[in-house]
Amino acid sequence: MGIFQQRGIHVVHNKHTSKIKPVRIETCGEVTLMMKQHIGTPCEPLVKAGDEIRLGQVIGDTQAGLAAPIHASVSGKVKRIEQIRILTGEDVKAVVIASDGQMTPLDGIAPPVIKTRDDFFAAIRASGLVGLGGAGFPAHAKLKSACGDVDVLLVNAAECEPYITADHRETLDAGDDVLEGIAQIAHYLGIHKAIVGIESNKGDAIGKFRALCAAVSTPELKITTAVLPSRYPQGAEKMFIYSLTKRIVPLGKLPSSIGALVMNVASVAFLARYIKTGKPLVSRTVTVDGGAVQSPINVRTPIGIQVRELIDFCGLQDVRPKKIIMGGPMMGAATPDLNAVISKCNNAVLLFDDKQTQKRPETACIRCGNCVAGCPMKLLPLKLEAAYRANDTAALTRLDAMGCMECGSCSYVCPASHELVQCIRLGKRLLREAQSREGSKT
Amino acid sequence: MSAEEEKTLTPASGQQLAIVSATPHLRTHRTTQAIMLDVCLALIPAVAASVWCFGTRALIVMLFAVISCVAFEAITRIALKRAQTVQDLSAVVTGLLLGMNLPPTLPLWMIPIGSFAAIVVVKQLFGGIGQNFANPAITARIVLMLSFPTQMTSWNAANGHAWGADAASAATPMKALTANELGAFSGDDLPSILDMFVGRHGGSLGETCAVALLLGAIYLCVFRVITPLIPCFYIGTVAVITFIAGGFDAQFTIYHLLGGGLILGACFMATDYATSPVNWKGKIVFAIGCGILTSLIRLFGSMPEGVSFSILLMNLLVPHIENLTAPRTFGKERKRHAK
Ligand code: SF4
Ligand code: SF4
Repeated sequence: MGIFQQRGIHVVHNKHTSKIKPVRIETCGEVTLMMKQHIGTPCEPLVKAGDEIRLGQVIGDTQAGLAAPIHASVSGKVKRIEQIRILTGEDVKAVVIASDGQMTPLDGIAPPVIKTRDDFFAAIRASGLVGLGGAGFPAHAKLKSACGDVDVLLVNAAECEPYITADHRETLDAGDDVLEGIAQIAHYLGIHKAIVGIESNKGDAIGKFRALCAAVSTPELKITTAVLPSRYPQGAEKMFIYSLTKRIVPLGKLPSSIGALVMNVASVAFLARYIKTGKPLVSRTVTVDGGAVQSPINVRTPIGIQVRELIDFCGLQDVRPKKIIMGGPMMGAATPDLNAVISKCNNAVLLFDDKQTQKRPETACIRCGNCVAGCPMKLLPLKLEAAYRANDTAALTRLDAMGCMECGSCSYVCPASHELVQCIRLGKRLLREAQSREGSKT
Repeated sequence: MSAEEEKTLTPASGQQLAIVSATPHLRTHRTTQAIMLDVCLALIPAVAASVWCFGTRALIVMLFAVISCVAFEAITRIALKRAQTVQDLSAVVTGLLLGMNLPPTLPLWMIPIGSFAAIVVVKQLFGGIGQNFANPAITARIVLMLSFPTQMTSWNAANGHAWGADAASAATPMKALTANELGAFSGDDLPSILDMFVGRHGGSLGETCAVALLLGAIYLCVFRVITPLIPCFYIGTVAVITFIAGGFDAQFTIYHLLGGGLILGACFMATDYATSPVNWKGKIVFAIGCGILTSLIRLFGSMPEGVSFSILLMNLLVPHIENLTAPRTFGKERKRHAK
């Protein structure tokens, strides 16, 4: 029955930038560093307005376990600390630094001294690394939780979202770093098997990694490359694990519970570079594309750059996009203006033109079942939508609304243009509210 | 942001306007209208075949059915003060299917009665497209069948006009199959299998030409309008049951598969979105149920044909089938393992 169980959908690829090496943005006028660029507790600013700042200096941190410190991505002076609203709707503090254009690094940046596994975790935390694929889970916390239970490291280079090629470039441009990172993680976590998963539409990366893996595999650490069908959302953690290992992550559990550790390919490469140089996470690769962009490109940009400055750099100052998307077109959030800033887990900025922004009116559900067939989590999106609209929390629970990963496949395939994922998202909020009400009652 | 809300925000800075809307920011081009158009296209071979078999009268019947369905759809939406939906082409599909389910000789004034039942009663009064629990065209056929039994079953031999056959005396293969005692089946009174396959036999307009119908069904599967699940399991179930009941006589089985409305029903009526389950397991159960009922009615019932009644009956069971076959969420433990 395998054929019926193949979930996910076909989406347009639009990977226009896969042949374009990231162009480095050396410096920028100003950066806005949000104190929350990860899943978990926000950091507290460690600097105040007027402070002189060096590149790589820690400017925000917290005692909490689930967090990663924030480093200055330019050198210069702190302009102000402000409160801004991030894409998830939360209000967090942000440190605005006016760059002096020098990019003077902090004194004493040196490769971390790692002797024990705990040193390794501490170093990863100090690097500021979070999942660069978009989720932003603090890397040290993920690695720590994987300790002991995990027998396979899965490196995620699927990159199933349309347009984005940031990870694809990483596999092509920093293949050695990726393998070095795999070796480091495997060494400290005692893993003997690693698989790099790449979607079939990236032939050059697959060829390259096949050769690389064959060259560096040892009996202690077997590294292989797996070709995945180009289906959205292949790169989603649970789907990725299932495709590579046929293991199923139980609802509400972490991948480590079934012995798998998934790391984004760019995160792995960064980790290797950090251990070599000690330079913390201050820049990243971003794909700039979309219908409003004539010549799409990849850029290597300081984290915290405003979209306005970023697209100026790309020569797009005259573009009047109808929609600005931070991230991929399937899961990325739309933002109202060019003041939005690039965070650690932001892999793309898409500027959509009029045509791409046109919205079809919602019509009646025809029960075509496309949303059901497309849902990678095997949910019933049309029924979840109805349950949300009826405010029926019992039905939302019964239909496992919380299992929805908000991949958007259901809304994509709906011929009646229903806002299925948005309804389910709001349905999940209803459930959370109901839960906290119950919690406060008892 | 609420589900429908989409706004053009003017930020405090005022330099840039951009639309903020819910993910995903890409959507398929396959709208309801596109899907319905595909179904119409898929029916073209069958329409052509029925004109070839039954002459222009067939075309008139189908045109009448389509026009009356579209008109009823438009009028009801206006009367109910709801947004107009004729442009989604679903009424055209219903009209075509209704026309195909009628005998070519049916008096034209009876057709709008069927259209009224299909569009107004079954579809619009229950809330329009997607909301009806019974297949509109099938219900209309049954309404007409019960109201005008003689006219609805006076089938001309297909191509009678061209082949000069005695139109009045031609029995449909389904009648012949029922008339023969089970087990005492002989192919003597029946048209040849080739005639069955291309449509040179009696029956409703659109159901006689198996080749044309199958072509259309393949088109729908290739363009992913339908999955092959329902047609395969429906026809497969009938094949298995009639093969066994007919004493392992392949010829008997083939007549059952090609005769009557089975192929039309399995490919175009049972696959109707609104009245079949949305999940693949449900589709299989639904199709097997249709197959069993059709076989039983044909073999043991008093009526020669059971496709319409079987599909209608199974339509009513769809909500229950969906509940019983609901997919298990990815990563959810099987019930019996639950603590
Ligand atoms: S219901 Fe959730 S998981 Fe399923 S397709 Fe929709 S967004 Fe994706
Ligand atoms: S995809 Fe849209 S029209 Fe089809 S069943 Fe789901 S909600 Fe209904």
